Amino acid sequence: MSNITFKLNGEMVSVEGNPGVRLLDVLRNEFKLTGIKEGCGEGECGACAVLLDHKIVNSCSVVLANVDGHEIMTIEGFKNSKKYQIIRDSFGHAGAVQCGFCTPGMVIATESLLNENPSPTEDEIKIGMSGNLCRCTGYQSIIEAVKRASEDGDGLW
Amino acid sequence: MVDISKSIPKVDLFEKTSGEAMYVSDFSYDDLHYARTLRSTEPKAKIKEIQFPTIPEGVFIVDYKDIPGKNVVKIIFDDQEIFPTDTVTYIGQPILLFVGKDKELLEELIKNTKVVYEILDPVFAWTNSAVHNHFSKGKPEEAFQKASRIIQYHYDTSYQEQAYIEPQGFIGTYDDGKVTLIGSIQCPYYVKNALLLALDAKGDEVRVIQATVGGAFGGKEEFPSLMACQLAVALRKIKKPIKMIYEREEDMISTTKRHPSKTLLSAAIGSNDEILAIRSNIGIDGGANIGLSGVVLSRAMIATTGAYTIENIDSSGDVFLTNTVPNGAFRGFGAPQMLYAIEMFIEHIAKDLGKDPFEYRMKYLAKQGDATSTNGKFRDPIIMPEMIEKALEISKFKEKSKIFSRPNVMKGIGMSWFLHGCGFTGSGESTHINALVKLHKTAEENVEILIAAVDMGQGVRTTMRKLVSSILEIPMEKVIYDFPDTDKVPDSGPTVASRTMMIVGGLVARCAKHLKETWTPGEMLLEERYVQPSYILWDEETMTGDAYPAYSWGVNVVEVSVDKVTYEVTVEEIWSVYDLGKAIDERIVIGQADGGIVQGVAYGYLEVMNHKSGKLLQKNFTDYIIPTSMDTPKMTTVIIDNPYPLGPYGAKGVGELTLVGGAPAVAKAIEMAIGKKVFSIPVTPEKIMELMKHE
Repeated sequence: MSNITFKLNGEMVSVEGNPGVRLLDVLRNEFKLTGIKEGCGEGECGACAVLLDHKIVNSCSVVLANVDGHEIMTIEGFKNSKKYQIIRDSFGHAGAVQCGFCTPGMVIATESLLNENPSPTEDEIKIGMSGNLCRCTGYQSIIEAVKRASEDGDGLW
Repeated sequence: MVDISKSIPKVDLFEKTSGEAMYVSDFSYDDLHYARTLRSTEPKAKIKEIQFPTIPEGVFIVDYKDIPGKNVVKIIFDDQEIFPTDTVTYIGQPILLFVGKDKELLEELIKNTKVVYEILDPVFAWTNSAVHNHFSKGKPEEAFQKASRIIQYHYDTSYQEQAYIEPQGFIGTYDDGKVTLIGSIQCPYYVKNALLLALDAKGDEVRVIQATVGGAFGGKEEFPSLMACQLAVALRKIKKPIKMIYEREEDMISTTKRHPSKTLLSAAIGSNDEILAIRSNIGIDGGANIGLSGVVLSRAMIATTGAYTIENIDSSGDVFLTNTVPNGAFRGFGAPQMLYAIEMFIEHIAKDLGKDPFEYRMKYLAKQGDATSTNGKFRDPIIMPEMIEKALEISKFKEKSKIFSRPNVMKGIGMSWFLHGCGFTGSGESTHINALVKLHKTAEENVEILIAAVDMGQGVRTTMRKLVSSILEIPMEKVIYDFPDTDKVPDSGPTVASRTMMIVGGLVARCAKHLKETWTPGEMLLEERYVQPSYILWDEETMTGDAYPAYSWGVNVVEVSVDKVTYEVTVEEIWSVYDLGKAIDERIVIGQADGGIVQGVAYGYLEVMNHKSGKLLQKNFTDYIIPTSMDTPKMTTVIIDNPYPLGPYGAKGVGELTLVGGAPAVAKAIEMAIGKKVFSIPVTPEKIMELMKHE
């Protein structure tokens, strides 16, 4: 047992527990942040994506110990931002949301990509989003949504 | 009036992007217990004994002895036990549940439980036929006798996994004799009816509610009934809230997949190189039990001549039982296997006869008024010539074919033509389903849509409300459509078979028109029940007549390049043209089109799943490879209106149509690129290498 302290959606939090547990379980079970989804448990699908120090990670593949002293942002924290609104609306316009199970992860991936590269080319978007699986859309609308977010959010990223 | 196809914002956009949408794994209750499954490690064996470790207090074991009703999962063919009594018939089969509050402890207990098996001889060969079907049209025997030549080829397909991103799951409660399940499901009433039989319960003792569904593709049609029965038995025993969510690996090894198939197609060719008759014989691997396989087989056989009219047909097929994971519903439901085979076959016939495949196929394209494969009638206008023209124009198919057909270009372009019957096969809609829908106008003048149709991503929560709002000319906000709850909605049938908008939406539209005509202030409750049009006649025994009330049609064009060294296939671009009657929302339909074709094309070249002695070799997304954004080509979809009189605003089926043509289109493109005939999908680099060896 140890005490792990990190910033979660802008607030400092402490967790007393096994440092080897998955961040995914801590966020979903302890903090009830259920916008983070478990799709595969092996770091392949990206449904459990969160931002670790502003960069995308799969929370199923990160153990609690690794976030000590770091900053975690989940969809629940990110949804209060202007950037989120831009991404949400661009996903809506492009028709990039079907079953929605991958969507919070896709939104996080978009944010992470645009943080690094505010004006990605189509190929850069495809590479940037390739860690997140979607079975409904065939990705074309998601790629279009990211492109649109980068245009509509010009200056934000 | 605004065109109904004009896109509107999806009603669930905000809840889904923000993570607020409640999927089954997001529900929780006080005193929550978890259920974990002990699974068979043998393909066929008698369970002689189960040696348990010490079971701590608060942990329960739930098995066949706890089933209050019948130990069978009610599907269509009820040959699956809820928990095995004494024999397991596939690897991964659930044997019993461990239920308790500590998930890790349950895992530990499962690990330390030893099942003592008496190994029986498993069957993997396709020899044990459990369902045999046959039908014929015209005089195929005579045609084959007078043929001047017979052309014959085998076509194989393998497994495809639905790979919904949200694994299967339920959460349930027990309250005062009543079992309530919330689940990730396509068919609330399939689940409810299965529970009634399993629990020997009365209608009001079981309640099934749909959670937000994270993708299904057929995978959540019949499979969830098994899981639900197991959970309900546990709830009856323990009387505590229980959550049962599969992990990806157990989902992949134990849930239903698309049936592997082997098809033998023969053509009787006349003296003028014309097709006199086609004979099809298809075998599909049902896995360890029949379940829906017989119905899947029917749809496959009925697709024998695809989008073509052939005078004489003989079709036969079998469901073979093997000691492998049971196969079941998957978008397309048997049609993808046969449409792939027939599309390749017609192309191969033309090639063997030295004819231009395009021109040759055009000669046989079905026309309005033609007899269908089962001697029904194509009653409605068929606009395929116009659609094909459009596809040629946007894809430059002919120009590219010329260039790509030269040796060593290693590029190819393939075009598939296809149809998909909308709704249940045969008399299913009238005899099995008999759908009922209701509209409830509240005292506040809101209109509540009461149907059991599930939104699993295809957007029916939006389109159904849009439909009612449009007919009644009231704002969307005045139309309510909650997640189906069997305590509140009538049985409008399962969310399958491309029937939701055409059949259920058709009933809802009629009900809405009736409501509009009789609208009076205050509360009103109207209903509408499915009535089979009197001209639709179907004989189940002989498989003759109208197999479907209506058909959607499609053209897919796929362009590929094949790496000269690695034989890796890259899909460069895709063009599609569809006749789906009328799009109720264009953006939603395009979404179905994009997702469907990517899934269908991947079935043809990318997605590999197989088993070795009954053990599936792919268990997660690390080894079962589905397309990522990197695999997505540019896709162009054109929708041409061709309204169907009985569909709402003319709408026909959409969901499956967009998948079924993908595999043949990509397989033909690869065939052109490598200059070899393709007989087996997925066309992987390994298979291409084999084909290239035989220069």
